[in-house]
Amino acid sequence: MHIVVPIKLAPDLVEELEIDAGGAALDRTFLRLIINEFDDHAIEQALLLKERGGGQVTILAPDLEGADDVLYTAAAKGADRLIKLTGDFSSGVNCHALARTLSKAIGDLHPDLVLTGVQAHDDLDGAVGPLLAEYLRMPYLGYVAGLTVSDGKCMARKEYPGGLVAEMEVALPAVFGIQAAEKPPRYVVTSLITQAMKSATIEEIETGEFDSGGAAPVERMSRLEATTHAEMIEGSVDQVADKLVAVLRERGLLASRG
Amino acid sequence: MTTTTTVERPFYDRVMEAVPSGEKLKLCLQCGMCSGICPYGFAMNYPPQSLIAAVRAGDLDAVFESETIWLCVSCFACASVCPAQIPLTSGLMASLKTEMLLRRKVPAELQTALENTRRYGNTLGESPRKRSAWSQNLTPPIPVMAQTKEPVDVLWFVGDYASYHPRAMLASQAMAKVFQALGIRFGILGPEENSDGDVQYLAGERGLLEILAQKNGKVLRKYQYQEIVTTDPHAYNVIKHEYPGVGVSVPIKHYTQFLAERIEQIKPLMRHEHKSIVTYHDPCAIGRANKNNIFEEPRLVLSAIPGLELVEMAHNRATSICCGGGGGGNWLDGFAWQQTHTRMSEWRIQEALASGAQILAVACPYEAPRFEDALKSMGSENKLVVKDIAELLAEAMSA
Repeated sequence: MHIVVPIKLAPDLVEELEIDAGGAALDRTFLRLIINEFDDHAIEQALLLKERGGGQVTILAPDLEGADDVLYTAAAKGADRLIKLTGDFSSGVNCHALARTLSKAIGDLHPDLVLTGVQAHDDLDGAVGPLLAEYLRMPYLGYVAGLTVSDGKCMARKEYPGGLVAEMEVALPAVFGIQAAEKPPRYVVTSLITQAMKSATIEEIETGEFDSGGAAPVERMSRLEATTHAEMIEGSVDQVADKLVAVLRERGLLASRG
Repeated sequence: MTTTTTVERPFYDRVMEAVPSGEKLKLCLQCGMCSGICPYGFAMNYPPQSLIAAVRAGDLDAVFESETIWLCVSCFACASVCPAQIPLTSGLMASLKTEMLLRRKVPAELQTALENTRRYGNTLGESPRKRSAWSQNLTPPIPVMAQTKEPVDVLWFVGDYASYHPRAMLASQAMAKVFQALGIRFGILGPEENSDGDVQYLAGERGLLEILAQKNGKVLRKYQYQEIVTTDPHAYNVIKHEYPGVGVSVPIKHYTQFLAERIEQIKPLMRHEHKSIVTYHDPCAIGRANKNNIFEEPRLVLSAIPGLELVEMAHNRATSICCGGGGGGNWLDGFAWQQTHTRMSEWRIQEALASGAQILAVACPYEAPRFEDALKSMGSENKLVVKDIAELLAEAMSA
């Protein structure tokens, strides 16, 4: 069983984010990148599957600051093969372009399962998982929080809002958007990462031109600004309801009756 | 997943090889003093003495299953009373915690602190660029070495908590005033400073300590200074005793040592009487840990404050009760509560209250937040004030 985990590096929110001079993108000069949290769970889920049923885990990362660190850490945790996609990722690559690029690299790897984070906080315009599945001509199941594989079939636990969980059987190969691994991402001691840096190899795959087609263009990026404070409506239930209706009507948010 | 024959026997050898004097494990006569003095010994399935017996017998699976090793807060009480001088805290316990990390048995909060350290160079997960933010609005400004590039008398190793924790940074700001009042030319490393690595190492992360020590060592070699002074007892302990093993040998003083040397210069700077009864909590890391024995210097500095009456708690100096924050304990409060339904910091507060003190003086950045939290959880927040020695001095010096 070959499990491929493509990961994204997203802006680290511990650092202050700045908007660049063009006003429609993040200033990437001092941007620090961190593995997308959901992708970290995808790695963990892949390793849990490998521990239970054997197989090989391959991690793919775009060639950005921090990629080597993420790949070696994954190797220290138990990943078998590390691949870095080389190309000009420096000005930011949207989900559409990334999914097209990944599909070429992943297609050649002939995976049984592709596990990727269900979303990332830097780009919610079409998550990578469903786009990737479409390009790979594979089924997709998102918001997955647990997987069992046997006899070429996969049972996936899919989470729904309101605490509902469905168990779904999915034919392999397939792409899964991981919401959470069955266990929190494991800790790996620093000495094992240091060892991995000496012993593991990072392969490189050249990506070529990016095709961002299909993405919604970003026209303007702005900081959230606090303008006025919330008005607290006080009084009895009826008084509060009357006031609320009056406020909504005043702002033209209620259709007039009849 | 592992068998006793392939893992545990070599583990015995590994523990002995990993630390200086590790071979002393063989000298254990099972007297039990370590388990008796261990503050959480009563709650451990395997207190230190039983651990040694299990290590010798190669019977460790049950030990790792029990997980109560994580109750150890590296207070060095066991090591300080061991008649065979076995390095229990820095050797046996740290090695067993490494084994727990390798077996992925680590409470989540501690895991986060270790991951934060690896990524950001501090346990709190704050931006390294904001490491000197605590000093930004002070006048006169606090010199950052990379900006001034001038030789200083004192290079101040501030430490994680003293740099980032909102309560602990009040003590840092007070310390800056004390340095200034004494006319000391000093500087801080700011964003170039990394976590000292003491609590991470004692929580089993030797590899992380080595990386941090190398980073700090590289920076410390860049600048000219007469001496390094730290406000963090953990930085003192690890830089003094563990950094040399990683090739970083620098002299270091705890700030209470530095101030005690200048006591005659400090006395005339006292402008206010501080009529209060004060008791002092000895931090483990500058106290009994590695026989650092910095017991009298903090008391000497406190006694320079006019009107201040110093009283002792039942446990003081080498027998001081730990605040519970060392060796990763600061991130294991939830775990310890689940296991014991007690808080070590509350035991200490009970002793401080019993001493009749109005003020609990501290000298470690973990302690003001930990003891103030304990006072709140005990409903005693109006009965005792927690102050760093630097804060008490700065108040007595203020115009």
